[in-house]
Amino acid sequence: MTAHLKQDKPDTRNLLDKMRQGVIGKPLSRPDGPAKVSGTAPYTADHAVENCLEGVLVTATIVRGEVADIDAQSVLTMPGVVAVIDDERLTARAAQGGADEAPEQPARKVGYFGQPIALVVAESFEEARDAAKQLKVDYRADDLSDIPLDPVQTDPEPQDDGTRQGDLAHAMTSAAHSVDLTYRTEGHASAAMEPHAAIAEWDGKRLTVHASLQMLNHNIIELADALDVKEEDIRLISRYVGGGFGSKLGISEETVAACVAAMELGRPVRVVMSRQQVFQCIMRRSETKQRLRLAADGDGKLIGFGHEARVSNLPGEDFAEPVLQSSEFLYAAENRLLQLEVARIHRMTAGSVRAPGEAVGMPALEAAMDVLAEKAGIDPVELRLRNIPDKHPSEGLPFSSHKLAECLKQGAEAFGWDSGPRKPRQRREGEWWIGTGMASAARVHNIEEAKARVTLKADGTALVETDMTDIGTGTYSILGQIAGEMLGLPVEKVLVELGDTRLPRGSGSGGSWGAASVGSAVFVACNRLRERLAGKVGIAADDLVLKDGTAGNDLRLTDLLDGEDLCEEGHYEPGEIEDDYTAAGFGAFFAQVRVNRFTGETRVDRMLGAFGFGRVLNEKTARSQCLGGITWSIGAALTESLLFDPVDGHLVNCDLAEYHVPVHRDIPDVEVIMVEERDPAASPIQAKGIGELGMCGGAGAIANAIYDACGARLFEFPMTPDRVLSALPE
Amino acid sequence: MAITINGQEHDLSGDPRTTLLDYLRDDLRLTGTKKGCDHGQCGACTVLVNGMRINSCLTLAVMHDGDSITTIEGLGSLGSPSTLQKAFVEHDGYQCGFCTPGQICSATAMMAEIRAGWPSDASEELEGPIGATSEEIRERMSGNLCRCGAYANILAAIGEVAEEELS
Repeated sequence: MTAHLKQDKPDTRNLLDKMRQGVIGKPLSRPDGPAKVSGTAPYTADHAVENCLEGVLVTATIVRGEVADIDAQSVLTMPGVVAVIDDERLTARAAQGGADEAPEQPARKVGYFGQPIALVVAESFEEARDAAKQLKVDYRADDLSDIPLDPVQTDPEPQDDGTRQGDLAHAMTSAAHSVDLTYRTEGHASAAMEPHAAIAEWDGKRLTVHASLQMLNHNIIELADALDVKEEDIRLISRYVGGGFGSKLGISEETVAACVAAMELGRPVRVVMSRQQVFQCIMRRSETKQRLRLAADGDGKLIGFGHEARVSNLPGEDFAEPVLQSSEFLYAAENRLLQLEVARIHRMTAGSVRAPGEAVGMPALEAAMDVLAEKAGIDPVELRLRNIPDKHPSEGLPFSSHKLAECLKQGAEAFGWDSGPRKPRQRREGEWWIGTGMASAARVHNIEEAKARVTLKADGTALVETDMTDIGTGTYSILGQIAGEMLGLPVEKVLVELGDTRLPRGSGSGGSWGAASVGSAVFVACNRLRERLAGKVGIAADDLVLKDGTAGNDLRLTDLLDGEDLCEEGHYEPGEIEDDYTAAGFGAFFAQVRVNRFTGETRVDRMLGAFGFGRVLNEKTARSQCLGGITWSIGAALTESLLFDPVDGHLVNCDLAEYHVPVHRDIPDVEVIMVEERDPAASPIQAKGIGELGMCGGAGAIANAIYDACGARLFEFPMTPDRVLSALPE
Repeated sequence: MAITINGQEHDLSGDPRTTLLDYLRDDLRLTGTKKGCDHGQCGACTVLVNGMRINSCLTLAVMHDGDSITTIEGLGSLGSPSTLQKAFVEHDGYQCGFCTPGQICSATAMMAEIRAGWPSDASEELEGPIGATSEEIRERMSGNLCRCGAYANILAAIGEVAEEELS
C-alpha cells in the first residue's frame, strides 16, 4: 500500500522527537562500515561476471569536427581484440544532473578535446588498452582559429534576466563605505576516488547494468533514451559508489558504451574510465569571473549589493555554474543587481561539482565582505551580524529557519575569535606570518520527490528499500535510524537495501537533498505503519509507544504482527511549501593560517565550521560531511585548479599528480559545531542538506586569514604561492 | 613463477603486461584493492610486498616471483577485522570507502616504519626513536588520497591504534 505526503505546509508535529527508541541523531557507526574496511564492499568494477569482455574508450584528439573514418581493421587482428564499437548511440558527453534524456549523440561528432568517440573491446584489459592506443582514426577537423576556447575572449550571453532592484550605481556613490572588486576562480574537478565504471549484461531482451551513479531514478531514463530501450527492460545497480560530488549525477559515456557493446556482442562488457578520461570526459566546474559591488552606510548596513559573474560551458549545455545562488538571499540591501553570463567555449562539459555555484561564489563574496569590514572599521563577524535579512531580500519570503547569527556567535567563541581592531602582520613565528579570517556559509536547501518501501516483518525486523544511493554520505545509516526511531527498533533490526532500480524510486544523491528527501519517504511509510499497528492495538497512533520491539507494556511487536508482514510504500513530494519559504542551511567558517614570507606558501593551522542545517540525523556521518566540505574548502582555497591549453583547449592537468586535491598533511585540526535546529518547513523530518554547506564560503575565510597574516589581498583562487608572493606589499 | 598472496601460493603465468593490481583484482578476484588512478598518484591500490607498502598499479605482477603479498583481505575479514579496521569503523575514517583498503594497508606498514625508526619530513631528528605524532602520521599518509575529505577521522583512527601499538 502507498502512503503519500505532499508537503504544502510546515510539519510542526515534530514526530521524530516524540518517538522513544532514541536512535535518531545518535553518532552510530555505519552499517556498511565493516564491508568497506574489509575490502568486501562491492563497487561497480568489482563485480565478477562470467565471460566478461573488457572495453577501453578511445578519445578524440581534435577540438571540434567529425570522425571521418575509424579503421577498425587496424586493431581487429591484434590478439584478443573482439570489436571496435562506434555505434550512433555512443554518447559524447555525460548527462547533466536530472537531465532525464540522452546526453549529446552521436559521439562521432566532436565538441571538445578528449571526447570519447569509440570503444575497443577485447578479451582482456591489457589487450583492449593496447588496441585502443593503436586504433587509427581520421577526422574532419574544424580550423582551430574558428573555435572559441577562451572565456575571456568570447562574448558571453546572459543566463536570464537576473535580479534588479533599486539603483545600485546610486547606492555605490552615496555609500559611506563601498568596495568594487573583481575576483577570478579557476575550474575544479570532482575527482571522486572511484573512476566511472560500468558492467553491462544483455540477455537479448533485458539489460542488467552495474554502474557507478548518483541518481538511478534519473539515470535509468537517460540510459533508456540513449539506447532506445524501454525503461522496464533495464535494471541499474549501484549499491556502493566510490564518491560522486556531482560527477555521477547523469549517465556517462562508459555506461552507454558498455551497454551498446554488450547488446552488439551478446557478451557482458566492462568499461572503466582511466583517471585521465574521468578528468577529460566528465564534468568540470566552470572557471568564473566575478564582480562584487558592496555599498554600506556608516553603520556597516548594506544599502547596495551587486554580484555579477561570467561562467562558461559548451554550446548547447543548459547548465551554468549558479554562482549567485546564495547572494540572492544571504545579506539584506535594497539596491541589488545580480546577473550571470555564460561564455560558450569548446572545453569539456561544465556541470555540477560539489556545491555548484556557492563553492566559488561564496568565497568571492566573503572575501569582498572582509575588504568592506576593513574599510568600515567594523569587526568582520559584526559586519555579517548587522546584515542578516529578516526575509528574502528580493522575493520577500520568510526564512523557514535561520541560524547564521548563532553559527557566527558560537563559532567565534569556540574559535577564540579576537573582535578587536584588525591589522595584518601582527604575529610572526620564524619565517611564518600567522593570521585569522572568517566567512559566512550559506547554501539553498533542496528537496525532491522520493519513494521508499518499508516492510515490518513478522519476525520483528524491518526492511527499507529504495533505489536511492549512498555515495559516502551515510544513506545506509540515516534511513535505518529514521525507520528504527519510528518503528521502535534498534538499528541492528533494520536492513536498508539501496541502489537497485527494481526498488521504489528515491531522490538520488545530489544537491544535498538525499537525506531530507528519501528520509521523508521512509518517514511517511513508517508513519502509516504506525497507524496500522495502532489500529491493531486499538489506540490512536499518537498514543502508540514503540520501543525495542514492543508496542507498550508487555505487548511484543512479533505477537501483534502475528505472523503477518506489514508493508507500506512512502511517497514524499514537496508541495506548495517551496513557494512560501526560503529554506537554506547557514554557517560560519573560522580559519587560522600561516604564510611563509619567503616562499608565499600558505598552510592552514586550524579551521572551525559551525553549521545549522536542521535536524542532525546521525551526528557521526553529519560531522563527516562537514569535515569533507571543509577539506574541499582548503583545496579550493590553495591548490585546486584546472588548467587548459590555450591552443586547443585540452585539459592539461588531467590526473591526480597535476590536479592537486588536498592530502593528509594539508588538513589540520578541524572542529565542527553543529547548531542543532528543527526546520518544519524544510521536510517532515525537520532536516536540511549538509553535504555541500561545508564548502560554501570556506575558501573565503582562508583568503581573509591570508590577508590578516601577511597583508596580501588576493583576487584569484586558488591562492598559490606565486600569487601570494606577487600580492605581498613591500 | 609463483607468488604468495595472503599466505596462499599462486601461479604467475599470465600476460606479462598485467600489473600486480590487475593480477590481484582480475586474475585472483581479490577486489578489495582498488584502482583509483593506475599511475601511483592516489594510493588506493596500496598493498604490502614482503611487509612494505607499495602502489600495486606501479609494478608488474611478473616482477614479484617469490614475493609475499598482503592485501586488505589478508589483514582482517568481515567477521574478524584488525584493530585498525575496527578503528576506521569507530572513527568514521571513510565516507565512500573506495580509498579505505589502501589507507588501511598503508597505515599498517606506516606504523612498522615508525617502529623501525625511519625518519620523515615531519621528524625533528633523523636518528633515534620516532613518535607517532599527528604531523608524522599526516606526512606519512599523504600518498593516500581521500576525496571525500575524511582525513581528520582517518587520522583519529590511525592515531588511536598507533598510540596503543607504538607507545
